[in-house]
Amino acid sequence: MTTYLPTRPEGVEDTPRTLKKGMTGVDKVFEISATTIGTIVLLITGGIGLFLLGNSIPTLRYYGWSFFTETQWNPEQNVVGIAAVLGGTVSIAFVALALAVPLAFLTALYISDYAPPNLKPTLISAVDLMSAVPSIIYGLWGFFLVMPYAGDVARWLHRWMGWLPIFDVQTDPNSAFVDQTRYIQSAFCAGIAVAMMVLPMIASVMREVFSQSPPGEREAALALGATRWGMVQSVVLPFGRGGMIGGTMLGLGRALGETIAVLLIISQAEELKWRILETGTNNISALIANKFGTATGAQMSALLTAGLVLFVLTLIVNTLAAIVVSRSRSGADAEA
Amino acid sequence: MTTTLERPTTATVEPQRPTFGSGITELPLLDPPTTPAPPQRALSQATDEELFSRFGPIIGGFALAWLICYRLLPWNGLVGYLLVSLVCILALTAVVGGLRGGITEVQDRVMNVLVPAGALIVFVALASAVIFTFYRGFEALLHVNIYTQDMSGIGPKDSLDKGGVLHAIVGSLIEVFIAIAIVVPLGIGTAVFMTEVGGPYAKVVRTVVESMTALPSIVAGLFIYTTVILTGILPKSGAAAALAIGVMMLPIIARAADVVLRVVPGSLREASLALGASRWKTVWHVVLPTARPGLATAVILGVARGVGETSPLLLTSGVTSSLKLNPFDGVMTSLPLFIFSTVRSGEPIYEVRGFGAAAILMTLVLLLFTGARLLARPRRDKSRTIRAPRQTTPQPAAELPSGEPVLVEIADSPYPNDATNVRPTGGIK
Repeated sequence: MTTYLPTRPEGVEDTPRTLKKGMTGVDKVFEISATTIGTIVLLITGGIGLFLLGNSIPTLRYYGWSFFTETQWNPEQNVVGIAAVLGGTVSIAFVALALAVPLAFLTALYISDYAPPNLKPTLISAVDLMSAVPSIIYGLWGFFLVMPYAGDVARWLHRWMGWLPIFDVQTDPNSAFVDQTRYIQSAFCAGIAVAMMVLPMIASVMREVFSQSPPGEREAALALGATRWGMVQSVVLPFGRGGMIGGTMLGLGRALGETIAVLLIISQAEELKWRILETGTNNISALIANKFGTATGAQMSALLTAGLVLFVLTLIVNTLAAIVVSRSRSGADAEA
Repeated sequence: MTTTLERPTTATVEPQRPTFGSGITELPLLDPPTTPAPPQRALSQATDEELFSRFGPIIGGFALAWLICYRLLPWNGLVGYLLVSLVCILALTAVVGGLRGGITEVQDRVMNVLVPAGALIVFVALASAVIFTFYRGFEALLHVNIYTQDMSGIGPKDSLDKGGVLHAIVGSLIEVFIAIAIVVPLGIGTAVFMTEVGGPYAKVVRTVVESMTALPSIVAGLFIYTTVILTGILPKSGAAAALAIGVMMLPIIARAADVVLRVVPGSLREASLALGASRWKTVWHVVLPTARPGLATAVILGVARGVGETSPLLLTSGVTSSLKLNPFDGVMTSLPLFIFSTVRSGEPIYEVRGFGAAAILMTLVLLLFTGARLLARPRRDKSRTIRAPRQTTPQPAAELPSGEPVLVEIADSPYPNDATNVRPTGGIK
């Protein structure tokens, strides 16, 4: 039996089919419209940045470095500076972090390693719900429910640890009549409410990296006889270090820009101080919320400059956080 | 060759040792048990001693703290007592651990107490925030008029029987609805552009959008206030407030949608393209449906954020006491703003109204949150069915009964619910 292969006719050359490189109708429309939407969004979001920058340059040129070192905000007397509010912003944010980071760490660790497995989804939902609660609710909570207790705690800290400069309050803690109003509406009280806002953010980033730690190494540690904390210490924490730092910084970014809870709780004071327990502080967003109504012309530019400073601070913190998270071992397979 | 498996039936008969080479193999036999075997210990249950060293320090800690706070030192007060208790419990746990083992044992025992205690503090704080809001606003919530009337003509001394927050609820809904109508197409469109079109230009867009998520909400409000209200394009109104919320939400939603779309498995896209679908069809029929739960979650969580956001509204919407339906017609109140303007007024009845509004806002957010959860929940037991596209060419009747749509079973994509932590495990099977 013989197989005949088809033979090519004589004198016919192979010519490659022409392949169209470009896109056809619908795809062109799709790509053009998608690019248009992208451009619109780029213009809107980039526009805000440029607008802030454009408005800030005259202010910064006019006031120079004194804009960052002056504590008073008195546009009528041509004295404008953000030193006080910048200090307040930073101190509120750091109080918030000092409270939120340890608690977020413990919560994340509890959810990832200590909680009974059937409780985990509920707890994760609860943390997510916590981040969805509006900030004004935390403001109410902080102002009406927590502040009386926070005042007591502040007085206790002042009485027993007042030798630390940050716990100092300019009043006598041991006098027979204690002026409780000196201890409320402070950066400490505002920090508690802000801590509630940033805590779920930090906790969910930490939980995410903790639960991504390799199960093989966990089991190896346990099989070698490690206690649970020993396993956490030797496997989970080294693995999650990047996420812990990154989550903390993301929380810092949010804590810097918080407005309404701070505005509800603090009593405004234009003074640069580190006595976090003492009444009276301010932050940039509260300053904007207070002064925009009466501001015109150059004052508005000054407020926009303050807004730009806040934005740049947040941006730097967030970018560093993103870099830390992506560089860490835990971030390597998060994107995959 | 025979093997003996049976134990000799009578003990009196001396088993005869088989002589070497007899061809009989004797297997070793178990001796009859002389004492009954001890009962097997349940490994998952702690011994009494373990239970004591676990819970003893907790009881002891509370008692010791009582002694310190109420008898020895003037630290009485609930918060002080609880904090001192925690310290005492940890100290006693460490002591008990030290009695039983070395430093490793101590650390483990202390962390076993500290970690749940930290989580407990957080969840108690969350619960107290939610319950406190409902508790303080409860009186206002009982009156029907709070949901059906506005505050026009209501003075601070008027009782709760008159006036309500309808205008604030309607204002919030209108503002958020407008913001969503603007932001969702733009946000998801941008995400599609960034993931599906790509290229260096898309990278620029992504960088800018991501950095704009750092924009503080008050600055978004200030931006709209300066560019839209001061220039006279719009008065202080619902529309301006919607723009401010939109500007704040746009980068957030675009970024969340980008994250969701990026984890759609590339193999799905390639399969669609390999079957000859155009890129647009791939996006519309493969990428977006796959990412649907994630996108819905991203949008709903964005809405929840937008509803509760106060600071941009403070600058852009103004406060009014009457019901308005036209967002372009002057000032318009929303729930967060109403709460903010009432709770610090110092009038007790206003405060109750404010807390009532806060409870309504909380309910709204809870509903949105639950909706997002339900949408994003992986439905493992109940798989979703989709219709196969209608056949355009006639098929042999034997293979496909006419008029019967083919049901293709695909498991729902089991993405985790949060838009920001989506992992590409699973996918469509």
